Amino acid sequence: MTRYRRAWLVAAALLAVLPLVPGLDSSFTRSLLTQMGIAAVFALSYNVLLGQTGLLSFGHAVYFGLGGYASIHLMRAVNAGLSIPIPFVPLAGAIAGLFFGIVFGALTTRRAGTIFALISLGLGEMVHSASLMLPGFFGGEEGVTASRTKAPQFLGLDFSSQLQVYYVVAFWLVVSAIAMHAFMRTPVGRMCNAVRDNPERAEFVGYNPQRVRFVVFSVSAMFAGLAGGLHAINYEIVAAEALSAGRSGAVLLMVYIGGVQHFAGAIVGAAAITWLQVSLSDYTSAWLLYLGLFFMALVLYAPGGLVGLAMMQLAAFRRAGAARLVRAYALALVPVLAIFVGSVALIEMAYRRSTQPEAGPRMKLFWVALDTSTPWPWVGALVLAIAGYLAWRWVAPRVAAAWEVARA
Amino acid sequence: MELVTFSLLNGVVYGLLLFMLSSGLTLILSMMGVLNFAHASVFMLGAYFSYQLGRWIGFWPALVVAPLLCALAGAAIERFGLRKVHASGHVAEILFTFGLSYVIAELVIMGWGRNPIENRVPAVIDFAAFKLWGTSYPFYKALMMAISVGMFAFLYLAFKKTRLGLIIQAALTHPQMVSALGHDVPRLFVLVFAIGSALAGLAGVIGGFALLTEPNMANALGPIVFVVIVVGGLGSIPGAFIASMLIGIIQTFAVAIDYSGLDLLRGMGVTIARTSPFHEVLAIKLAQAAPIIPYLLLVVMLIVRPRGLMGTRDT
Repeated sequence: MTRYRRAWLVAAALLAVLPLVPGLDSSFTRSLLTQMGIAAVFALSYNVLLGQTGLLSFGHAVYFGLGGYASIHLMRAVNAGLSIPIPFVPLAGAIAGLFFGIVFGALTTRRAGTIFALISLGLGEMVHSASLMLPGFFGGEEGVTASRTKAPQFLGLDFSSQLQVYYVVAFWLVVSAIAMHAFMRTPVGRMCNAVRDNPERAEFVGYNPQRVRFVVFSVSAMFAGLAGGLHAINYEIVAAEALSAGRSGAVLLMVYIGGVQHFAGAIVGAAAITWLQVSLSDYTSAWLLYLGLFFMALVLYAPGGLVGLAMMQLAAFRRAGAARLVRAYALALVPVLAIFVGSVALIEMAYRRSTQPEAGPRMKLFWVALDTSTPWPWVGALVLAIAGYLAWRWVAPRVAAAWEVARA
Repeated sequence: MELVTFSLLNGVVYGLLLFMLSSGLTLILSMMGVLNFAHASVFMLGAYFSYQLGRWIGFWPALVVAPLLCALAGAAIERFGLRKVHASGHVAEILFTFGLSYVIAELVIMGWGRNPIENRVPAVIDFAAFKLWGTSYPFYKALMMAISVGMFAFLYLAFKKTRLGLIIQAALTHPQMVSALGHDVPRLFVLVFAIGSALAGLAGVIGGFALLTEPNMANALGPIVFVVIVVGGLGSIPGAFIASMLIGIIQTFAVAIDYSGLDLLRGMGVTIARTSPFHEVLAIKLAQAAPIIPYLLLVVMLIVRPRGLMGTRDT
């Protein structure tokens, strides 16, 4: 713990000043930072499963959503006169997450691997369709609403501003990050890694892999529920979408893109994907396609995710000196840029034609006005992409050679 | 009687559709150990291809060409994608096909837009096949049944009676041995993936106009197909058949029955007050509960018989 104390203090201080930094102090960025914090708690809880224990779940949003519903109902009780300060409301989500983690975990964690993935998906779909059938508790498609301001004040705070909500989220982010980091350093946390890497040997050491998976699954569900509670406070509404397969998939993308092998990966991934969801979706309606392609590229070529890639580059730079690598990368940049611009242009033009036919054939792309009813923009983009690919074929061996030298 | 007969016929058609999807998935799963998340996406591609080809070259040629295109897509997925991640283990393979399912859904949006397309029953097969108790049974449903049964008969014979079928069967259980005997197992993998994808595509062609053809249709049907293969027993094709029929028929019947738990209890002379905490759960009509039935079946199966109906190993 002492080894990490300074890192945690720095992180906490950073989170405290972040929404006050000029440029980040608008209500839009504060709201964005709050969403990132909530996503980070959820992603950290998911990484305890996927990264540390090797359990690939397609239904983790169940615990997020049920935690959210527990919190929103507690908040309604607070609105009706129950005297609980708002910052403690997410604890109800944590309790609900833990409870359902124990109930469903007993069923799902008997097996790992492919079968666990299948069963988690089935359970997720079951809870989601059940939530639509019980509008009394779940509020149907519209969801359940409550107010965070109609509550007793806490330390003089009334939670009417986004900044105050941000600090609640930041507080719970730090607490849960420390707790999960510490949990992974307990004996049972260490056994998680053993169960992931070699369940048979873990069994020989005297641990029951099913038991370890069950414990870690419940803990992970608890923190997912906490994240759901924070979601309830921030939006003051929880709807069936909160426990849908879409949200389960999103957290998987966050954690994997950030990097499953590093603790910081989940946080980086959560921040990156949340930012993309909020900002990139303003520029292009095809952002999910780009995200999917990027994800597949990572699975194929960089299973360490963004953080893994960064670590690899850092180590290579340190070993080989920057000059050779920078030269190789600069050489690679030209074809990569050509492929990128060409294929993005093709995708954007095709999307415009199919999803917004009413907007007409004229559009602006990379600051250039195009008329998609003529063949020239299509031919141009295609030629650019193909030329880029051919150039890449020529450049690739040189980049690989520089990389090999750096690694050796 | 009329209701029962027609529900049974519709249930069998739906069950055959599920089996066409789950048999391909089971083939791929038991041979390569890959849980193919993009399987339902290939089904969706089949529906869109047949719609587009149907407008260009007519329904009957599209019925052949669309599944072949899906087979090509499946072969490409295996050859240029899965083969590369195979070394990184099963989790990486699942993640790859999971990402692919996102990409295929977006590509479908790119090609045909976000809204459901008007994938109507083609005019050449839209007439009454026969009449029962004054209600006519549409020909296209009879055709769906005939095509799926014919397809399975063909595949069964191909697997049992041809040399290639026997090699594939051997590779399902003993890939190393088959490879040692001089057969190209990676090429068999491509072939199996293509066959599975062609089955999914065919299901898309004949199921597309019975269901709503829209970019979300893969997400709507995919999880049910996964339930089918778990309930049937992983890797068992007969199990997948029984589970498909079971879920198809139960779900079709449930949709037709407009009774709730309250009605049942009232029939037994018990009334539940509106204020009771159980009122909301009991007020759900069976027709409303239809979407959840496959998943409940999954949970019950996991508790009672973890290996599935016909499985040989525990799930």
